[in-house]
Amino acid sequence: MGLLGGFGARLYSGQSAINFVGRRRTWYIMSAVILLVAIAALLIRGLNLGVEFKGGAVYTVTNPTCSVIDARESTADVLGSTPTVTETGAGLIRVQTEPLDQATSLQVIDALSQTCGVSAEAVSVQLVGPTWGQEITSKALQALVVFLVLVTIFLSIYFEWRMAVAALVALAHDVVITVGIYALVGLQVTPATVIGVLTILGYSLYDTVVVFDKVKEDTRGITAQSMLTYGEVANRSVNQMLIRSINTSITSLLPVLAIIVVGAGLLGAGTLLDLAVALAIGMAAGTYSSIFIATPFLVQFKEREPDIKSLAVRVHARRAGQARSAKSRPESDDGEDEGSDEDASPSAPSAPALSDETTIIAGPRTQPRRQPRAKRNGPK
Amino acid sequence: MAANAPSRPGRTLLVMLLLLVGLLAWAFWPGTSSTPRLGLDLQGGTQVILTPKPVTDGASITEEQLNQTVEIIRQRVNGIGVAEAEITVQGSGDSAAIIVAVPGVSQERLVELVGRTALLDFRAVWALNLPTPVTDDTSTTDITVDDGADESTVVTGNEIVQASENTPEFAAEVAALDCLKPENIAGGTPDNPTEWLGTCADDGTAKFTLQPAFIRGTNVTEATAVLPQQGVGGWVVSLTFDAEGGQALSQASQELYTLPDCSPGGASPCNAFAIVLDGVVVSAPRFNEPILGGQAQIEGNFTAQEAQDLANVLNYGALPVTLDVAEITSVSATLGADQLRGGLIAGLIGLVIITLYLLAYYRALGVVAVLSLFIAGVMTYAAFVALGDTIGYTLTLAGIAGAIVAIGITADSFIVYFERIRDEIRSGRSLRQAAENGWLNARRTILAADFVTLLAAIVLYIVSVGNVRGFAFALGLTTLVDVVIAFLLTRPLVTLFARSRWMQRGSWLTGLDPSRFGDVEVDLSPTAKKVTVAAREG
Repeated sequence: MGLLGGFGARLYSGQSAINFVGRRRTWYIMSAVILLVAIAALLIRGLNLGVEFKGGAVYTVTNPTCSVIDARESTADVLGSTPTVTETGAGLIRVQTEPLDQATSLQVIDALSQTCGVSAEAVSVQLVGPTWGQEITSKALQALVVFLVLVTIFLSIYFEWRMAVAALVALAHDVVITVGIYALVGLQVTPATVIGVLTILGYSLYDTVVVFDKVKEDTRGITAQSMLTYGEVANRSVNQMLIRSINTSITSLLPVLAIIVVGAGLLGAGTLLDLAVALAIGMAAGTYSSIFIATPFLVQFKEREPDIKSLAVRVHARRAGQARSAKSRPESDDGEDEGSDEDASPSAPSAPALSDETTIIAGPRTQPRRQPRAKRNGPK
Repeated sequence: MAANAPSRPGRTLLVMLLLLVGLLAWAFWPGTSSTPRLGLDLQGGTQVILTPKPVTDGASITEEQLNQTVEIIRQRVNGIGVAEAEITVQGSGDSAAIIVAVPGVSQERLVELVGRTALLDFRAVWALNLPTPVTDDTSTTDITVDDGADESTVVTGNEIVQASENTPEFAAEVAALDCLKPENIAGGTPDNPTEWLGTCADDGTAKFTLQPAFIRGTNVTEATAVLPQQGVGGWVVSLTFDAEGGQALSQASQELYTLPDCSPGGASPCNAFAIVLDGVVVSAPRFNEPILGGQAQIEGNFTAQEAQDLANVLNYGALPVTLDVAEITSVSATLGADQLRGGLIAGLIGLVIITLYLLAYYRALGVVAVLSLFIAGVMTYAAFVALGDTIGYTLTLAGIAGAIVAIGITADSFIVYFERIRDEIRSGRSLRQAAENGWLNARRTILAADFVTLLAAIVLYIVSVGNVRGFAFALGLTTLVDVVIAFLLTRPLVTLFARSRWMQRGSWLTGLDPSRFGDVEVDLSPTAKKVTVAAREG
């Protein structure tokens, strides 16, 4: 733990900053690969929709004295077709059939209660009409649209529209990955999964808001100086929030993992487990995207603004000037971000908060860590 | 932003204490339930989700029709004597869903009850009798007594006796009918309006022998509950019939009003007509005079509610909408208990792990966090109990999941704040200053982030149905609790901590010992340099 604290101090003081913004290509490629896999899985394999979406009946027998095979046979006798029968972790037997009418359903209950030696009341039943799932889905989509509109308005007012767009990109990223993993693994999609995905919307944005809030605070009045580019400041903000992000992810994921463990161990398949699995995937993706996707995307977006653009030019010019005056110094071996001409410095020095325009200090900057731009790009 | 107003932790904590005591008193007031209302997935029972569709294509469903439907379903479900049946409408208009949840009733019975279209007709009373069965051996038949009963028990619902003629066999079957049995007054067996009918009053006080129907429910064009101009005799139900109904009424009333009044075991035929809904008599008024104009009033010392109920029955005896059964879920009590246990265990494990983590990482500040988390848990539980008592909020498995997820969001508020404090300390501020400045920044972040979560919860709650709603409600509630806790508890506690000498000395137990800031120089004491502090809040 102390180790993490020390790591945090290094992050904050700029001693071991991770170049989130500068190395965005790496993260983009990573995400692109994951997204491609997710989309491909979705297109090729499709989602394994639960009974709620297709219509059908599910019977759950508590404390059965019968085997899965017994249950399957006795149900098949009634229906004339073979149902899907599974035994869940908690010793429950789950029988899943196509949509049934009331009368047939009662026969199935009778058959199961006789075969499995339990009373008819001990058989839990879920009968779902074939259109209900569509209604749930269309309502979830409605909720999604309304929420996105409202949240875009809020973020545009509270931050600015560029941050709203970047946050939405991160959100889409998380949702696609989550849904893709469902398709890839073949996990069953139930209404609880839909709840989970909807919650990810909230959580992913929540996470991004926390990070952006810091970026917003740190970049206030950024154009009044010419020491650091927007990207560099944003990168530092993300680094400073990293410990918080890690801690928050841990505290959010722990209870969700507890649900998964308890859900799988004690309850078998059910609302809790379905929900928790969707949440765990979404939360992990949400934390990743708020750091690796949302902020780099925001920076890229911001750097199109004339003010920010001219800031970057000023900063680079200034550095070039300093480097010229310090030509005799040995070269630093900081060559890993070659190739991107908008790279933020990974080793931005720790300057006092920039939000306070009056306290921006014009030094003492000891030395530039990088080669001047002209020189770095020279060999090409 | 109220920049650097001197914080008064004592006062804030007092507000928090009052709030907590108030909430606990509200939740656990003697006489009210002290546990949350549990949903069916946690206590066992049957839930049916019905989606109403307009009777005619292209029409849309009005709020009034929905309310009528719910009212009728409520009457039917209450008719089978189930306590705590819960009927709710979620959504509105064409996308509405009606959710009927009943603990411990077999599902086929419930579906039968709620989904059925009720049949309404008006019949002249032939004879009125006491509700008890007459075991009369002088009856000329001994074979058919059970026939009618058997036939009608195939269909779940009340026993009725029907025959095309008023034969002795029919009379004997009617005599054998037992109107003291609860199931026989619940309704649920549509009668054939062209045949004679023997059935019970819906309050079990009488047994009727009825002639074939002279008016069908469809002949009623309007029924309203009104208070008569004279203001005596309580509420009445005013009826308007269509041409066919008016004519039938005028004919029936002219025949009937001359007859003697009905009384148990009295004359037959007698002066009364029965309003039969779903095979039971909901009302049996007598004619005071011939009614010629197609307009009638039913008087009977009704209360406003009774009059309205009767008017509803007359208007919408047949449901104003058709109901599609979208989902039937029946959870056995055992499975319910298992799910509840599982949910609680998961929540508990989650809390314990987070407690350990926060204590290990933040140490002294972690104690504040754990205390805040604990109080947040107590408040959430109390709110569930209180809302169960007042607005009938039922806690479902999805709700528990929402609350567990919210543990993380609540913990995040502390983490954001604590990390801000540490950042401030790294920038060279004293602990006290760091606690103040850190809060100003953390507060904004917490509010913005919680707002987004709350927005998600509200949108979900409004748009969705069923489980999603329970989840959204729990998520929204716990987010609000989070804001309250962060402002009224965590913040003042941290301020108090920051003022203590012990914290300022920075031992390893505080979690703020110099070794945890790497090689950045920190000074927690109030005498720390304040160069940057002064400018910061300017």
